Amino acid sequence: MKKLINRQPGRVGQWALGLLPFVLLIIAYLIASDARLAANANDKLLPALNSFADAIQRMAFEPSKRSGDYLLWVDTLASLQRLAMGVGISALMALAVGIANGTIPYIRATLSPLVTGLSLVPPMAMLPVLFIIFGLGELAKVMLIIIGITPFLIRDLQQRALEIPREQIIKMQTLGANSWQIITRLVWPQLMPRLIGAVRLSLGPAWLFLIAAEAIAATEGLGYRIFLVRRYLAMDVILPYVVWITLLAFAIDFMLSRYSRWRYPWFHQQGH
Amino acid sequence: MAIIEMKNLWKEYGDQVVLERLNARVEEGEFVTVVGASGCGKTTFLKLLLGTEQPSRGEMLLDGAPLPAEPDESRGIVFQRYSVLSHLTALQNVMLGGELQNSRWLGHCVGKTRKALQKEARAMLDSVGLGQAMDKYPHELSGGMQQRLALAQALIKKPRILLLDEPFGALDPGIRADMHQLVLSLWKSQKLTVFMITHDINEGFYLGTRLWVFDKPRLDPQAPGAYGARITYDLPVGNCEKNTLTRINRSVGNTSRAINDTL
Ligand SMILES: Nc1ncnc2c1ncn2[C@@H]1O[C@H](COP(=O)(O)OP(=O)(O)O)[C@@H](O)[C@H]1O
Ligand SMILES: [Mg+2]
Repeated sequence: MKKLINRQPGRVGQWALGLLPFVLLIIAYLIASDARLAANANDKLLPALNSFADAIQRMAFEPSKRSGDYLLWVDTLASLQRLAMGVGISALMALAVGIANGTIPYIRATLSPLVTGLSLVPPMAMLPVLFIIFGLGELAKVMLIIIGITPFLIRDLQQRALEIPREQIIKMQTLGANSWQIITRLVWPQLMPRLIGAVRLSLGPAWLFLIAAEAIAATEGLGYRIFLVRRYLAMDVILPYVVWITLLAFAIDFMLSRYSRWRYPWFHQQGH
Repeated sequence: MAIIEMKNLWKEYGDQVVLERLNARVEEGEFVTVVGASGCGKTTFLKLLLGTEQPSRGEMLLDGAPLPAEPDESRGIVFQRYSVLSHLTALQNVMLGGELQNSRWLGHCVGKTRKALQKEARAMLDSVGLGQAMDKYPHELSGGMQQRLALAQALIKKPRILLLDEPFGALDPGIRADMHQLVLSLWKSQKLTVFMITHDINEGFYLGTRLWVFDKPRLDPQAPGAYGARITYDLPVGNCEKNTLTRINRSVGNTSRAINDTL
């Protein structure tokens, strides 16, 4: 018999083992929910499956009685727009500043301490400041995402730019490249897959800042809805929303990963 | 006029002397091979030629004027590894030099210029035997193919001086012999001046027109950094005594033992 560390599950085994914790969690939930509902039919803490189905039906496929909107979709669209704006603007700024910092010593000497300092400011502590400056509109929420993730993205890209092998930078010069061409033909293309990787890592914090901002001041959005229905202990709405947010996050991450593999094969096949 | 001239050249890092009192002239078209113990300063010497390191004393002249203090088109280089750009295919790597020259802003060419560059690059790749691998990325190529690609990429720029730092150190013996033929034929056809570092003294003797041995004539076994390496042999290759090779080998062996014992 082989040692435990050398025994590998087969293909089917891998899937089965991976699914097992999910199945066990669902079963545990169903048992607990049944038990509570048996004791009190009006219990709101652990709703039964059909309550979820009702709630999803109500939120996603029936117009709201008050506004006539299909709330789940209105919320999703609002949240995704804010997320895309925030992350997109952050990525563009990080690309520009990260490349400049990582490539040009004079710019690095000027900006690098500032970026390090800014990255240590707790973004949530800045939220009131943002609301005061930008009001309660869209801009404040997008700004929270931006100040929350941009410093991390810049520092990551700066580091990656500095890690580009010295040999390749010398090579570019012996081929006659000027500083700008070294950026456009070497640093920028080599950092693009790194940027996607860093954006994937920053999506978790980005969602966090988005939901926090929506919870405090918004009129629609996934985070807004969750915190709104919390007042009525509406677990039947909250839990599907949480699952939906998780699915969205997973889908975005998956698409970015696939795009990167398709667009930058040289990067991923080197063992990154 | 000599293409490269060194006048009492020293290179020190802190109190470690790496190279001392180098004096030499190299004429256009010479093929200089450099051998020596590992750690004695051969790569440092190449960096001085490349312009990424500056001499601490003395002068390094290119065409009689001080050598530019940064790498440029006049000197091409092939490192032992990482010479080609990992995000470009073989063809794109070889076209790069021309694209950078023709498009100072974007570094990308279109239309007729692009066609012409492609044609030239294809011919170059054919001549180094990479005609079948034009659209492959470097990581898809073997070590020998990557080095051939690096040669093609450097030579299509027609540099006046080609610097090679143990370019074939990592290759199998058979492939190395192929690479020797390739380098010799490119050297002849392009009238290059070549500096090539190798740790294989036979390779040093076989290739080129001139062999330099970097060695420490004064050697303090307790402190190998106290004295620097010099050019202890400067041989026109082809006519040297029989036991020269043995003598060089013995001396280089001693130096390398001393360097390794203290590192
Ligand atoms: N940037 C540096 N700073 C300090 N010491 C260095 C530096 N570069 C090289 N050296 C030292 O110079 C010596 C010669 O190195 P190198 O030229 O790489 O040797 P070789 O190529 O002959 O093996 C080594 O002892 C090395 O530690
Ligand atoms: Mg070396």
